[in-house]
Amino acid sequence: MSGAVSTAPVEVDRPSGEEVAVPDRPWVVIVWNDPINLMSYVTWVFQKLFGYSLEKATGLMLDVHHKGKAVVSSGPREKAEFDTSRLHAHGLWATMQKDV
Amino acid sequence: MANLQPRVRRTRRGDFELALPDVERQVLRSLPAQLRELMSTDDPAVERLFPPAYRDDPDSEAEYRAMVGGELRNRRLSSLEVMEATIDATRLDEKQLLAWLGAINDLRLVLGTRLEVTEDIYDQGIPEDDPSSLSLALFFYLGWLEEQVVQALAAG
Repeated sequence: MSGAVSTAPVEVDRPSGEEVAVPDRPWVVIVWNDPINLMSYVTWVFQKLFGYSLEKATGLMLDVHHKGKAVVSSGPREKAEFDTSRLHAHGLWATMQKDV
Repeated sequence: MANLQPRVRRTRRGDFELALPDVERQVLRSLPAQLRELMSTDDPAVERLFPPAYRDDPDSEAEYRAMVGGELRNRRLSSLEVMEATIDATRLDEKQLLAWLGAINDLRLVLGTRLEVTEDIYDQGIPEDDPSSLSLALFFYLGWLEEQVVQALAAG
């Protein structure tokens, strides 16, 4: 988002049609495997941040460990950014992208 | 003989007993300051503490960093301060233990990145003739301690 002030109508720069008609695809937050974070710690972080049950958090952790990554949350961009920053605060290797 | 009593235990009052032998406190004592010092440099290992949120979008990544970068950094520094201030404590409240957990995990991330740790090292153990043996031993010790912190917190 830019803080620049423009006097032009906002519609002018936008390509017409398509983009407006398609609803926002939700964003997904992905946690990637790394060789340092402990499995117990990663499970605990998923429970603490997202309120997941031990079972669900363990399943996600095992996906990260064995498959290399897992989608741990999704939603609008702001939520994905917030979740990613909380994962970063806990030292997890998280990225976000538009769901495809 | 090695003392393998649990180092961290949740008490009935809801806080945590920190039963660390003096020798371990001596090892831990200088680590927060070392990491703080490292964080004031552009050491590549410190980058591990601030991974990108957007992998293929430099503009969004720059915005993300501008928005949360300072806060993430301050959080880390504040955890290091708490660990430093309570390094001789025998009891910690939950907030303090969470700060210890954050600091210990950050220390492991930076140390492990420096040592170029892979998942194989957990099976290989510590080679005797390796110049990085001492750092590797510290890395394993911090992992062992962190495991106990996580267990104690999860036991609530």
